[in-house]
Amino acid sequence: MNESLAEEPGGADVTAERRLDGNALTGALAELFAIDLVPADCTCAHCGRTGPLAQYDLYADSPALVLRCAGCTGVVLRYSSAGGRIRLDLSGARLLVLHLPEQP
Amino acid sequence: MELIVDRLPDGEVSPYLTQELRPGDDLEVRGPFGGWFVWHVGLGGPLQLVAGGSGVVPFLAMLDHHRAAASDVPVRLLYSARSLAEVFRRERLAEPDRDVRVDLALTRDAPPGWTGETGRVDGAVLGRLTFPPEAEPQVFVCGPTGFVDAIASAMIDLGHSSEKIKTERFGATGGT
Repeated sequence: MNESLAEEPGGADVTAERRLDGNALTGALAELFAIDLVPADCTCAHCGRTGPLAQYDLYADSPALVLRCAGCTGVVLRYSSAGGRIRLDLSGARLLVLHLPEQP
Repeated sequence: MELIVDRLPDGEVSPYLTQELRPGDDLEVRGPFGGWFVWHVGLGGPLQLVAGGSGVVPFLAMLDHHRAAASDVPVRLLYSARSLAEVFRRERLAEPDRDVRVDLALTRDAPPGWTGETGRVDGAVLGRLTFPPEAEPQVFVCGPTGFVDAIASAMIDLGHSSEKIKTERFGATGGT
């Protein structure tokens, strides 16, 4: 388990109540991407688990938005927009697969 | 457009929206964003909604859409709130459409003569008041993080597929 997600003595997960869904990234990422990335299937670079970004665990009370794998807690995406700079770290996302809407 | 704001006393935005903002003030609005935690009649059903506190808000929009589209998709809403006074749009929920069933679970305070659910929503309550896994409902769960965690695991224990369950957690606050 990642050090920053350490449990308190007694086993209580101190981060549990802060956890949101990756779905809550949508508004922030709309600043950068023309297509909503949140439904995209993402493969975690740490453990290989695959699922929609929407269902990863989001920690939104850090200096950056931090998205972690729900399986291994590894960081999959970090995003911040501050001081005239957007920073995006996708090194924890091995692959993103977007399903485009069918064309009429 | 209708916005529902749950005022959190130690919040940053909701006290401003509920106490400082005046009629006539200008607001700049971005969005709506995304299509993940969304239901429209084209997605079919049955539709199972489970709400904790102000987590009911997206479901109120879904019920309005269901009504506006005269949809016959069967819908069930199980809504956990602290007390009847904290139930959002109570009158609207008291007159659901033909294919919609609404159940309230009051966790802290129930009025005299209340015959509905009381106490925390657990697996037994979900088993009684939500669509069974065999009906293969699309399940949406929205509420405080602890509530959503508990409901989503209980639904999986009941036999629902995690792929059919969409969740929207809004943190530690909000009242169930």
